[in-house]
Amino acid sequence: MAMASWKAYLGSSIGKKKLVGLTGLALSLFTLTHMAGNLLMFVSADAYNLYSHTLVSNPAIYLAEAGLVAFFLIHVILTVQLTMDNRAARPAGYQHAAHGVKKTSFAAKTAILSGSLLLAFVVLHLQTFKFGTVYTTTVDGVEMRDIYTLVVEKFREPGYVAWYLLSLVLLGMHLSHGFKASFQSLGLFASNHPTLAKLGWAFAIIVAGGFITQPLAVYFFGLGG
Amino acid sequence: MTTSKQMTLKLKVWRQKNAKDQGRFVDYTVEGVNQAASFLEMLDVLNEQLIRKGEEPVAFDHDCREGICGSCAMMINGCAHGDMPRTTACQLHLRHFNDGDTIVIEPWRARAFPIIKDLVVDRSAFDRIISAGGYVSTNVGNAPEANSIPVPQQDAEAAMDAAACIGCGACVAQCKNASAMLFVSAKVSQMAHLPQGQPERARRARNMVAQMDKEKFGACSNTGACEAACPKGIKLTNIALLNRELARAQVKS
Repeated sequence: MAMASWKAYLGSSIGKKKLVGLTGLALSLFTLTHMAGNLLMFVSADAYNLYSHTLVSNPAIYLAEAGLVAFFLIHVILTVQLTMDNRAARPAGYQHAAHGVKKTSFAAKTAILSGSLLLAFVVLHLQTFKFGTVYTTTVDGVEMRDIYTLVVEKFREPGYVAWYLLSLVLLGMHLSHGFKASFQSLGLFASNHPTLAKLGWAFAIIVAGGFITQPLAVYFFGLGG
Repeated sequence: MTTSKQMTLKLKVWRQKNAKDQGRFVDYTVEGVNQAASFLEMLDVLNEQLIRKGEEPVAFDHDCREGICGSCAMMINGCAHGDMPRTTACQLHLRHFNDGDTIVIEPWRARAFPIIKDLVVDRSAFDRIISAGGYVSTNVGNAPEANSIPVPQQDAEAAMDAAACIGCGACVAQCKNASAMLFVSAKVSQMAHLPQGQPERARRARNMVAQMDKEKFGACSNTGACEAACPKGIKLTNIALLNRELARAQVKS
């Protein structure tokens, strides 16, 4: 009985949106910590490598990674399912597009598209860095992976930088809708609450902007020698 | 109302004989319509022209024509009830349009609101959602003495704001997902705030949401288009409340 009621709850359109919001918020916080970690590139190559080494040498990393993969899968599967349901709910569209205050924001309308491209980005991103070329370095007598050198190498390729920048702009757009929307799905605040709406934009700009600083610094300002 | 400017409008109106008909847009020109007329009065003028020519008039829902019954329902240039905020189609006036404008008029589009004829859609899905729990099932008898059930002023205001919903369906029509969340949340909210709504509170939220999903409305993407389109200014805070109510119902069960 209890099991069946939870299944009905989480399987309802509202329940699905709550899971999307919850996993989305968790992934948003991950992007924030990831961005903050990346800023160590501006401290030194050693600081950056040491941070990376400390993370991956902690056995808890496997649990964290499994959690991230699970959140990611839940988020993707449910949003695809909801998008299909939502499109089916309006089989024939309107001839005339909405305008003025009754128009839906571009970021909200295209969240499934920005999300799909971000999914592709994440897969390629893991391939490029996590499972990419392994250089080694020694910091304080400890031999570790030199991820800094790989990052600098990639951020010198114009094609890679362009793709990275595009993906980060999409991430910003996705967050600008998703961050505030999650709070409404979870029943905490209306997504157009004035403070929340501002916070959503600030979060999106800080995260996407923070990530964007490193490729720009490497490509245009010669960071990393 | 001293100046009565005459206007000519070009209309592209969705015509559909019945539920099974394919439907198509038909172009009309309405000449010499008064700028002080309401949008529905303009359609009346068009229909008189059509009747005189022996053609079938455009079917559209209307009743009170003073913005309180929730009958009128049409997309005017892609906006539910037109682009004026907090206005029903019957209270939209031609002074907001320019002489010579082309106006596209379409029915609400949602799988849960099948078209009956022209601009008239079947909104009985809303009635079935109400039947699933949008009521208080006690015999209330005579009105009780006002101070016997104290209601905090803020709760009374919140309940009254939610109760302003006229069930026109503009929220569904404007939502990119044809979601009924604003409607359902208003109906759940108006009673969740009041003492009379407490005994059936959890059951109401669960059953109304289940019926909403059963009617095949879309899910809420939290875009806020519904609030913008609502002629009665029903707020998104009601949707946040409904999301909370369903969680509360789940925890309490």
